[in-house]
Amino acid sequence: MSKQPTNKLKIIVKKHPLAIRWFHWINFPVLGVMIWSGLLIYWANDVYKIGFGDKTILKFFPQNFYSAFHIPFRLAEGMAYHFVFMWLFFLTGILYVLYTIFSGEWRYLVPNKRSWKEAWLVLLHDLHIKKSTPPQLKYNAAQRIAYTAIIVMGIGSILTGLAIYKPAQLNWLCWLFGGYKFARIIHFALTIGYVLFFVIHIIQVILAGWNNFRAMVTGFEVVKRQKPFEFEEKPIVEPATLPVETTTINESE
Amino acid sequence: MKTLEEKTVSKKAVLWRTLISFFFLFLFFGACWWSWSWLHKQPFDGSFGQGVRQPLRNVLNTNEKIFSGITFSKNHLSKTYPISAATKNVRFNGGLGLKSDFDSASWRLNVIKKNGDTLQLTLDNIKKLPRTEICFNFKCIEGWNQITWWAGVKFSDFVKAYGLDNESSMKYLGLSTPDEEYYVGIDMPSAMHPQTILCYELNGQPLPLKEGYPLRLIIPVKYGIKHLKRIGYMYFDNKRPKDYWFEQGYDYYSGL
Repeated sequence: MSKQPTNKLKIIVKKHPLAIRWFHWINFPVLGVMIWSGLLIYWANDVYKIGFGDKTILKFFPQNFYSAFHIPFRLAEGMAYHFVFMWLFFLTGILYVLYTIFSGEWRYLVPNKRSWKEAWLVLLHDLHIKKSTPPQLKYNAAQRIAYTAIIVMGIGSILTGLAIYKPAQLNWLCWLFGGYKFARIIHFALTIGYVLFFVIHIIQVILAGWNNFRAMVTGFEVVKRQKPFEFEEKPIVEPATLPVETTTINESE
Repeated sequence: MKTLEEKTVSKKAVLWRTLISFFFLFLFFGACWWSWSWLHKQPFDGSFGQGVRQPLRNVLNTNEKIFSGITFSKNHLSKTYPISAATKNVRFNGGLGLKSDFDSASWRLNVIKKNGDTLQLTLDNIKKLPRTEICFNFKCIEGWNQITWWAGVKFSDFVKAYGLDNESSMKYLGLSTPDEEYYVGIDMPSAMHPQTILCYELNGQPLPLKEGYPLRLIIPVKYGIKHLKRIGYMYFDNKRPKDYWFEQGYDYYSGL
């Protein structure tokens, strides 16, 4: 065993700082409660649909959807939860944005000049049209765009939410979003956006595999090299991580 | 191109750190689940299992303090529209308190004053006061809205005309229908807002019965649930007057 120390060693990179991991996992249930309570509210005036003329392609939402999630006749409850959890949604959002700014993490997250072109390559790669992997540091170009867009959407949800929460007192904000009716539509559309984001996110996480998923929990990602002998050329081993056997043998002697 | 800093660690360390991190993730989800079930064990604030769970109510009351403090101002007005924008088919949504027979000859607005006296006013008394019109986007708590055109007397003008200064210095205004089936409470700053009117006209005509004839409240800084129809009694208090939809779990303030 001791002849092959490479089997016991791994190269890792720090990917996600602790703060980002916490923000990510806290936001998950908070956004869940916001979407659920939002549905309870929306049900009371469920007028949105996709279609043209008299033809409806998709109604938000079909009755069996409401029944399945026990949505009907819970407006008061929905409003209560929505206006309690809005504070958590707002606070995690604000703290996350401040954190990314002051830690410099934004450099990995915000799209740069090349991102738009590269995002296209990512799409071709993901759809198995192109084999070559687009360059990436922590996040590829498509991820940069998606993770920045979701923050912009979050800001949009808070502002349109405020506009329909206090349309008289903040009438300038309501006006900014095209009036009460339109602000409500944007607020709803953004929520649909989160759900679509969530679906794609889950698919991508599954496709990316365990190593990538684990990084959002542990913070590190294990580097996979084409040539395993590289490990032997790098004998930089931290004392604390030396193979345990060596020390015990010394003691017994 | 920049790369991320690499570190060589033992396989054991990777496993160990993974286990610890996942342990904390499960701990976090456990805490979420525990808080959620704690919340669902809390009592409702109303009687007979009505209302909303007490911790949620506490936050709603705090929201009222925050938003009535930060954003509320007499100078912040609801957007008004030209009369031509007003709808002809006004949506009828609430018949609470309107079910009993109505005799317009015997109707009076009963204003219960601080000293216990009651002012009994007829519709003509009220119509003598300065007339104010408002065409605004009426918002129902259900989520729909309609541009509607109303007319009546500003509540603040009414207070001035009948010398109700002692009353309007109290914290709340209470209103109820003659049969007391429907009742609302309104914080005084919202009641005294310049767009709040005791309304007797819709689309230039006397109010229809189902829209609250002879007199109703129009208060653009609140959801429709506070726009009480067919006002029978008006009273004042420093404590929250009872409120029908509050008892059903809605926010007391319900301010826009």
